[in-house]
Amino acid sequence: MTDECTITEGMSAMDLVYDRPESLLDVRMHYCPGCGHSTVHKLLMEVVDEMEINSEIIGVAPVGCSVLAYEYMNIDMHQAAHGRATALATGIKRVLPDKYVFTYQGDGDLAAIGTAETIHSANRGENFLIIFINNGIYGMTGGQMAPTTPEGGKTATSPYGRDIGDMGAPIDIAAMIAPLPGTFYITRQTVHNAKGVRKTKKALTNALKYQQLNKGLCFVEIVTNCPSNWKLTPYEANQWMVDNMFDNYPLGDIKVPAKEDLS
Amino acid sequence: MPKVKGEIKIAIETCKGCELCVHECPQETLAMSEELNQRGYHFAVVQDESCTGCTNCALICPDGAITVYREHRGKKTPVAKISDVKENITFTIDGR
Repeated sequence: MTDECTITEGMSAMDLVYDRPESLLDVRMHYCPGCGHSTVHKLLMEVVDEMEINSEIIGVAPVGCSVLAYEYMNIDMHQAAHGRATALATGIKRVLPDKYVFTYQGDGDLAAIGTAETIHSANRGENFLIIFINNGIYGMTGGQMAPTTPEGGKTATSPYGRDIGDMGAPIDIAAMIAPLPGTFYITRQTVHNAKGVRKTKKALTNALKYQQLNKGLCFVEIVTNCPSNWKLTPYEANQWMVDNMFDNYPLGDIKVPAKEDLS
Repeated sequence: MPKVKGEIKIAIETCKGCELCVHECPQETLAMSEELNQRGYHFAVVQDESCTGCTNCALICPDGAITVYREHRGKKTPVAKISDVKENITFTIDGR
């Protein structure tokens, strides 16, 4: 045994590299196991914490599975009537132009009942962020076909699979609003793996930063899963999403601001 | 053994047993438990010490149930010196 020893810094010290964001309230979320909504809630709160805009951001919750989003986020939130989140956000942003404003909408809310509000908000170039959660099905009401359901998708109201001749083709809202001059930044991301989560976080950060420039609507579409209504395990649901959803909804930036617009 | 040592803590009552972290872990550190938590879900558990602290599991976790620590990297500089040690002594830092 030696009678002398040296303690070096870092011998057993472990750095905290990832923790649940502070702005995400420490309550149990009602979402099903593996649901993409919870991942996006967590990511959004991480971005809010990192930008330190906790008290300067106002969110608008939709109708759908994420109707209780305000129960989980420790920020100012408002609840809109079904599909009218962008109309409400327009009012909030116009009265409080210094605040960051976002809407959080699913595909039943944004792409079905709220199509008119969405397109006209984009056309007016309203300066807020739309977070669009696209899982190709109506989750809360029990798995009916949504406008975004991919071809052949089996749902409660299309039990033999979606027939394009009969039921129309999946609607691509991001591509629809991209040609409008009022939109500033449009991107489509996913959260089915760690790489996708990192890219989505970057996209959300960019979209909120662009809001400071006051140059138009930012639209972040996130293709997610619905394990319960697709009747698959969360892992299988993610695989199904890769195989079936990404053909209709290719990932990546759809409209990026030019460099001269970023000043 | 991995070059960087990591450590994760799982809030087992928050875990809903979706198993996404088990599939996402590149080191196959995670597995699902045999037991159930209070809500009746099998929760994720650490099965060996192969964790590198890459944070993939925590990023994919929908419920934010995973906290990740990584070994402090950088130059190891002496911060204290103990001399005249007569008997066996044990140190713990931050409970480790």
